[in-house]
Amino acid sequence: MAEMWINMGPQHPMTHGLWNLRVKVDGETIIEAEPVVGYLHRGWEKLTENRTYPQIIPLSDRLCYGASMSWSHLYCLAVEELMGVEVPERAEYIRVIVLELQRIASHLMWIAAYGTDLGLLTGFTYAMRERELFLDLLQSVTGARITYNYPRIGGVRNDLPAEFERDCLRALDFFEKKLDEYELIYDGSKIFLMRTQDVGVLTPSDGMNLGVTGPNLRGSGVKVDLRKTDPYSVYDELEWDMCTHPDCDCYARYRVRMEEMRMSAYIVRQALSKMPPGPFRVKPPRNAPKRTAVARVEDPRGEGLMYVIGDGTDKPYRLKVRSPIFVSVSAVPAILRGYKVADVPAIMGSIDMCLGETDR
Amino acid sequence: MSAKEFMEWSSQVFDEVMRASGVKRGVDKITRPIWSWALRNSLFPLHFGIACCALEMAAASAPRWDAERFGFVFRSSPRQCDVLLVNGWITSKLRPDLRRLYEQMPEPKWVVAMGECAISGGPWYDSYNVVQGVDTFIPVDIHIPGCPPRPEAMLDGFLKLQDKIRHSTKGTFLED
Ligand code: SF4
Repeated sequence: MAEMWINMGPQHPMTHGLWNLRVKVDGETIIEAEPVVGYLHRGWEKLTENRTYPQIIPLSDRLCYGASMSWSHLYCLAVEELMGVEVPERAEYIRVIVLELQRIASHLMWIAAYGTDLGLLTGFTYAMRERELFLDLLQSVTGARITYNYPRIGGVRNDLPAEFERDCLRALDFFEKKLDEYELIYDGSKIFLMRTQDVGVLTPSDGMNLGVTGPNLRGSGVKVDLRKTDPYSVYDELEWDMCTHPDCDCYARYRVRMEEMRMSAYIVRQALSKMPPGPFRVKPPRNAPKRTAVARVEDPRGEGLMYVIGDGTDKPYRLKVRSPIFVSVSAVPAILRGYKVADVPAIMGSIDMCLGETDR
Repeated sequence: MSAKEFMEWSSQVFDEVMRASGVKRGVDKITRPIWSWALRNSLFPLHFGIACCALEMAAASAPRWDAERFGFVFRSSPRQCDVLLVNGWITSKLRPDLRRLYEQMPEPKWVVAMGECAISGGPWYDSYNVVQGVDTFIPVDIHIPGCPPRPEAMLDGFLKLQDKIRHSTKGTFLED
């Protein structure tokens, strides 16, 4: 049969964001794939050169809207390193709490989207319902639903509201019961298992060579999690386990994310109980010294990195972003080769695309 | 006279007669509410997530806000849609595709610009690659401000669109 190219995107129910996947098929089998990104490119790195340091925080919220908090946190980490600001301990704990809540919300969004991809609409409605729980919590802290503008250089904007601990524990209790329910829905669905198991195999060596990080790599059984391997904030003071799965397929990535949600809930509980009193913010200097700084964090989607050069003024000279999904997307041809066209939504869904940070 | 010409001629005569006898006005008056009721209560927006505001679009169709009770069902093909919901910044690369999507939608169609980006470029107002608002190349009916607008705001925008349709639809049977 003749080979041909198929364009999936930019407007395609599979894409979850705005990109284009060109696949070369021989009959039903994919022999080549070529992701086309750049539909959301807005010159983020260039824009930051015209903004003062605090002005960039809301922009970095909008880098990846699925996990705004971790990106503005990453930006603040990088600038704190550049300016040499010490963050008070309470602020670090507050950050860990909101980051983990954000991780749960982001994974829930992923599960919801994955459900619709594979025909599990019940999963979508359930996961979106519980996601509101966490968005409400984050809203009570920050005042916004998805673009928070909450971390500050040298701390966080405001303290946790009164009764936050009670609400948070209640939400977590409720959520952990619901997680079992999701597992019943997803793992109990034959169709879901058939479409994910042994589909989209990413071998550990491929994953590492192509630079894939985050749950996608941990789904291949590689033990890499920056919170453990290169701890930032107060993650090294908390007790938790890295979640990996040896299967390397879409199902493994799903399992890793499920386990991570449980683990995040566990981390939040610990952080709440360990949180010390004290100030939550220090005043940073206005101008950065002539230096460079690097910070990296474990985003819900992988390893995010920011590299910032200060030139003595109140604006960065250069700000470079390493986006986890941009790298994962370049691994897509290696994952897709040999599978059928109908597997594309299952495989691409399992990568957890977020195009805002990919295109920047 | 060919068959086609006869068809044209006869429909013209039919039209003239209806107009002159005043039947048209009567029919319009009866059918107008029905047309507009059907149009505004079955709006099918295009399922086209661009950026952050797409998450609020998803939240609006999720259980808490449940947009389907107002008749908004997201469809994935522009051929089945009558509302184009633009929910994010439009880059130069996306612009021709968006225009094309708009042109692929059948009439009657409406455009809703959701979020600051779609209205005016939003936080990226000074970017070299972002189009300053969707109304520079597509006619927009409703603007929903916010960055991102809450799902309530989005639903409110759609209800405004329903109002607009109610006020603007005439009986389309035998249009003037
Ligand atoms: S208006 Fe704000 S939230 Fe919406 S797409 Fe633009 S930057 Fe994102």
